[in-house]
Amino acid sequence: MENPIVTPSELKTEEFVVNIGPQHPATHGVLRVEATLDGEIIKDVLPHLGYIHRGIEKMTESLGYKQSIFLTSRMDYLSAHINNHLCALAIEKAAQIEVPARAKAIRIIMDELQRLTSHELWWGSCAMDIGAVTPFFLAFRDRERILELFEQNTGNRLTMSYIIPGGVMNDIRPDFVPKLKELIKSIKDYRKEYDQLITGNFIFQHRTQGIGILSKEQAISLGCTGPTARASGLSCDIRKLYPYDGYEKLDFKEVIDYGCDNWARYVVRMEEMNQSIHIIEQLLDNMPTGEYRTKLKGVLKLPAGEYYQRVESARGELGVYIVSDGGAKPYRMKFRTPCYSNLGAVKPISVGMKIADLMANMATIDLVIPDMDR
Amino acid sequence: MIKEELKHYLEQTFPNSKVDETFDFPVLFITKEELIPVMKQLRDAPETKFNFLFCETAVDRNPELEMVYHLSSTYYHHDMMVKVVLEDRENPVIESVYSLWEAADLYEDEIYDMFGIRFTNHPNLRRIFLTEEWVGYPLRKDYQDDKIISL
Amino acid sequence: MISMIQFSDVLAWIHQLLSSCMAPWLVFIIELVVASVAAVVALLVCVIIMVYMERKVAGHMQLRHGPNRVGWHGVCQLFADIIKLLLKECFTPTRADKLLFVVAPVLSLCVSLLALAPISWGPGLVLWNTNIGVLFVTAISSMGVIGILMAGWSSNNKYALMGAMRSGAQIVSYELSAGLSIVAIVALAGTLNTGGIIESQANGWWILKGHLPAFFAFIIYIIASTAECNRAPFDLAEAESELTAGYHTEYSGMQFGIFYLNEYINMGVVSMVASTLFLGGWQPFYLPFDFAWAHTFNDIMALKFMETWPAWISWVSLAWPLVWFFGKLFLIIFFMMWFRWTFPRLRIDQLLKLEWKYLLPLSIVNLVIIALLVVLGLHF
Repeated sequence: MENPIVTPSELKTEEFVVNIGPQHPATHGVLRVEATLDGEIIKDVLPHLGYIHRGIEKMTESLGYKQSIFLTSRMDYLSAHINNHLCALAIEKAAQIEVPARAKAIRIIMDELQRLTSHELWWGSCAMDIGAVTPFFLAFRDRERILELFEQNTGNRLTMSYIIPGGVMNDIRPDFVPKLKELIKSIKDYRKEYDQLITGNFIFQHRTQGIGILSKEQAISLGCTGPTARASGLSCDIRKLYPYDGYEKLDFKEVIDYGCDNWARYVVRMEEMNQSIHIIEQLLDNMPTGEYRTKLKGVLKLPAGEYYQRVESARGELGVYIVSDGGAKPYRMKFRTPCYSNLGAVKPISVGMKIADLMANMATIDLVIPDMDR
Repeated sequence: MIKEELKHYLEQTFPNSKVDETFDFPVLFITKEELIPVMKQLRDAPETKFNFLFCETAVDRNPELEMVYHLSSTYYHHDMMVKVVLEDRENPVIESVYSLWEAADLYEDEIYDMFGIRFTNHPNLRRIFLTEEWVGYPLRKDYQDDKIISL
Repeated sequence: MISMIQFSDVLAWIHQLLSSCMAPWLVFIIELVVASVAAVVALLVCVIIMVYMERKVAGHMQLRHGPNRVGWHGVCQLFADIIKLLLKECFTPTRADKLLFVVAPVLSLCVSLLALAPISWGPGLVLWNTNIGVLFVTAISSMGVIGILMAGWSSNNKYALMGAMRSGAQIVSYELSAGLSIVAIVALAGTLNTGGIIESQANGWWILKGHLPAFFAFIIYIIASTAECNRAPFDLAEAESELTAGYHTEYSGMQFGIFYLNEYINMGVVSMVASTLFLGGWQPFYLPFDFAWAHTFNDIMALKFMETWPAWISWVSLAWPLVWFFGKLFLIIFFMMWFRWTFPRLRIDQLLKLEWKYLLPLSIVNLVIIALLVVLGLHF
């Protein structure tokens, strides 16, 4: 009898396609990633969007400028304040509305608190995607306290719609500043727990270091912004490059890392949380007094023209491109959302990696699905 | 370069094209045939180095469609807009800028989905948000749908 | 050791009682059935405690209270869950391989329960007193992967298949270092009989008197057995964030319940083996030193003071070995839970690298050192 000899060519494995999502624990929403796998190794990644597409850009065309603000809270629900801020800034710029100093300070405090909540939630869900469940609960504990503060002052926890053209919706409560000071003290203590539990963990470091490498050239070509791009050494912090609402007067560092991998993205976000705390502390000690908003006319009309405004959201550059025809409704309102551009980075950094790395990569890029789908 | 300098530079460099300005950025109007060479020049010229395509979208100027490219430079941190007017409303076609910026992959998918502008040399043009069977292009001004409820 | 009333005396008394009124073959069958049922029930009680413990441990590590609504501090939560699982439909996907799909959970359960046979619960309290006890457990426990592979293959689901394949690679790998660390203790004890191994630790647990190599063997065994049970950080077969639920993605109702139960039974068996081999099974703590206070300590631990007490009180001493046995069991299980709720998950290549590049060479070297210790007679 002949012995069957297996040649390497006969041992070739077959590629198969796995649809990760739309309902999947690691996509944190309704994103479908069509992954082509060769065993455990990823050969191709194709994201499919639209499961939570609400046509916000179309809806703004039939709403007034002031009303559009309320839609923006629903885009990136983890940085709703920053989305509102963006829209308010664009409208103020076009209609040339002066904002009181107190409103500017409140806006920045809210923005930075929002960035803290967003990064805290990201920390928990990133650790969960890598397999540790406990950090998720720690993250929620800390986020909850900030959300309580939001609730007391703005009336809402998630979709605040607090920052409006001309200032903020209503003044902060008298006990806001002492409460926030207390909160910041405890957040600093909690940050130590984060480092003890995850940052110093041997397995976590091995799961992130050297994985998901996004070079600076690639980041530029893909239009990546925010912590994702800053971890690749690209200076792109809007707060530094195009300051708005008094960021130029504050002392904070733009966090840049040159590691280009998942670990660098992790480190950048962790350090950004420290910077946010630092910014808030500076403002708390000398809160301006006075009006909290400028009264506006009932119907707001922007002069005909095109306007572009950008802010630094928790995930990167958030921009709005408004085309106005002089009427009460925007002719076209385009939101340039950071997650949509950053999504492009998933494929180049995941191909050739293991399936577990795809989850880690998506986690460190920090995708928020409604932000992409709009 | 600040806005006025940049506008002046563009007028000098592209004498055949119209240069305008918006509230924030200078605008360069070009035809769709010269899109790739002009973009390549803007990206690679040492004076401008517009290497960052941070936003690409379209505006329906009924009846013509307008492609809007927002460019930025990570070296000089100056920005500009490039506009291409597409006259043909029924069958708008333009060359993809994917060969210059990979970011165009997703941006152009969205524009194809919402405005029906087709891109040549695009690696994977698909309706990214809506289903393949969807009739019409929602962000066009003449889009009609029975399900639209006017507020 | 306790020399008053032994489990073997009680068992012999029952045997005599039955033999006096029945045919020998009937006695054999009755004894077999009663003993097996007793062992399984004992294990199921352990599992109930383990599930409750896991929820509470996880809860308190995660700033929660864990279950606290059903019954006192939520003790009845598990029963409510079991009723829910029993009432749910056991759904079979259309394109699944029906036979394998149904058999897979049952097979894994049988395999896990089989490994229970040679475990020695107390002095003389052993279901199957065989001279290949530890070998049998090792052989049986690696068969559990067949059930997982069957479940993954028959589900006709890509996640399930990948989970099963991962599990196969993982269990086959980690079986090696688990086996080698067991062999290390077998070499020290000179027997494969579980009761024999435990009795050899009457003058000190192997983890103490086996010098450093025995301690290393204990650590390697705990790591490898955590991996064999598919527990985090080695839960790649389930890998919630990657494969949704891995090999049991398509299972529902009590079929899923059996896989869940199986995980805890495996944990129990593995911890029993670990406590038998390294921590002296039902033996109380013994200090292998020659000081006066150490002798006093050991006498108290061995309940020596009860010898002078009336016989009817010394019945209490029957429970003493069981307290030690279950105490050690739950201590090891607590460690496994601690790992699960603290560590992130490894990647598949890191998992295999850890085994083949670090644990396996370490356990081979460890075994050689222990062999030298035994040959030179350096151990206690």
